Amino acid sequence: MKTVLSGKTRELVIDTEGPVVIIGESINPTRRKKLVSTLQEGDFSYVLELAASQIDAGADVLDVNVGYPGVDDARLLPEVVSAIQDNFDIPLCLDSPNPAAIEAALRVSSGRCLINSVNGKEESLKALIPVAKEYGAAIIGLCMDDDGITDDPEKRLAIIEKITERAVSAGINQEDVIADPLAMAVSADPRACMVTLETIRLVKMKLGLNITMGASNISFGLPDRESLNTAFLTLAVYRGLTCPIANPEKITSAARAADLVLGRDDFAIRFVEYYQSRNF
Amino acid sequence: MEELLTRIARCVESGKTDKASPYPPDMRGNDGADELTKQALDEGLSPARILDEALIPAMAVVGERFSRKEIYVPQMLMAAKAMNSSMKHLKPFFQSGETKRKGKFIIGTVAGDLHDIGKNLVAMMIEGGGWEIIDLGVDVKTDKFLKAVEDNPGAFVGLSALLTTTMENMKKTVEVLKEKHPSVKVLVGGAPVTMEYCEKIGADFYSPDPQGAVNYLKQFAV
Repeated sequence: MKTVLSGKTRELVIDTEGPVVIIGESINPTRRKKLVSTLQEGDFSYVLELAASQIDAGADVLDVNVGYPGVDDARLLPEVVSAIQDNFDIPLCLDSPNPAAIEAALRVSSGRCLINSVNGKEESLKALIPVAKEYGAAIIGLCMDDDGITDDPEKRLAIIEKITERAVSAGINQEDVIADPLAMAVSADPRACMVTLETIRLVKMKLGLNITMGASNISFGLPDRESLNTAFLTLAVYRGLTCPIANPEKITSAARAADLVLGRDDFAIRFVEYYQSRNF
Repeated sequence: MEELLTRIARCVESGKTDKASPYPPDMRGNDGADELTKQALDEGLSPARILDEALIPAMAVVGERFSRKEIYVPQMLMAAKAMNSSMKHLKPFFQSGETKRKGKFIIGTVAGDLHDIGKNLVAMMIEGGGWEIIDLGVDVKTDKFLKAVEDNPGAFVGLSALLTTTMENMKKTVEVLKEKHPSVKVLVGGAPVTMEYCEKIGADFYSPDPQGAVNYLKQFAV
């Protein structure tokens, strides 16, 4: 199954049988106060710097989140989207809990964006599915609903099934739903990663969707996070993860290695190319 | 007697819940916090001494180690489990009023936010500081905090937010609580929260780690 996103002109195919696509997470104000302060002064140089460095480090898509107390993201998100797209031909992943901000950003964006995210709550489905349909955007379906987060993979699957059904019945193609099985911290629950891996297996088997997740959440509260993230990423990719949201500086080499190991990188071309681009 | 208190403290620090627990491996087969607390009570040690001289200092050690990154979240959870296995023997004394705790602490993650790990760590550390915890869970609306404050006069309140987009709800909750109950003390925390933000929204205290909150509360212990 293939999800096609695009920037101004360039198309990007996320293929359930293809190599890992990296959604860069760094345009996000958490622990990056400078992002909000510069944007509020109408200064876009820092956000463009974050875009450039992530693209350089291997990001194929950029997540854009400018939510912060006191920020009107229905105004700011579209401004940032325009600024990025004026400078870079890359698809964007619009990240906001505010449907008005998502819609405003879609209105000014070119190409085909991804909405982050629609969840199983009725209010989320009602607000965002029509918007995705109208602007031809793809959506991330997050497996939580009015009952919160479940640790039962079958129930997580059921939420994704519900979101997919609602999207399809609104006229959105099934391949334009990307599932987020939720990755929780393994420091708080030793089974957390297995629940995610099992959800990935079920979603891939029953729905065949592309799969994303915030790939560095799992290592919260532990040392040597990079080793943990790499181990989990590799296992998740083997099970069907295709487009993790992460910091490309930290994840791309592991993703390239996983692709090579899984026979998706003939002659190790991408693996070697990435290594050389970072080390010479 | 003194030795029993030290042994309970050691069990809590290292996460030894009971005799059957295989963790930590070097204490396998030994009595844990569960058995030793029961033994201490049987031998006539008061619940207040067990709380003040074993559990509170042990959890303080755990909190300091966590702040210094000598231990991590899983070790902290083990310690909290061991503390609970001791605390369960003390609870009847708290309930009957025979033994007093330091005060009440209401805690929850603000509306729209489902993150619970940080909130749980803070709750267990404050419980380990001798306080009674009223845990409202995650995605807690302002009204629910308000009701808890009204049901528990004199209680302190802790608010957690892990998303830049839910910090706004933290602000709203602080505003309503302070408007209706100006004397209530509100503590805030979570990854995106800063001292500056705490001051801006009119909360009383911020700490980047759980032990900071425990230390702050000490001055108010009854």
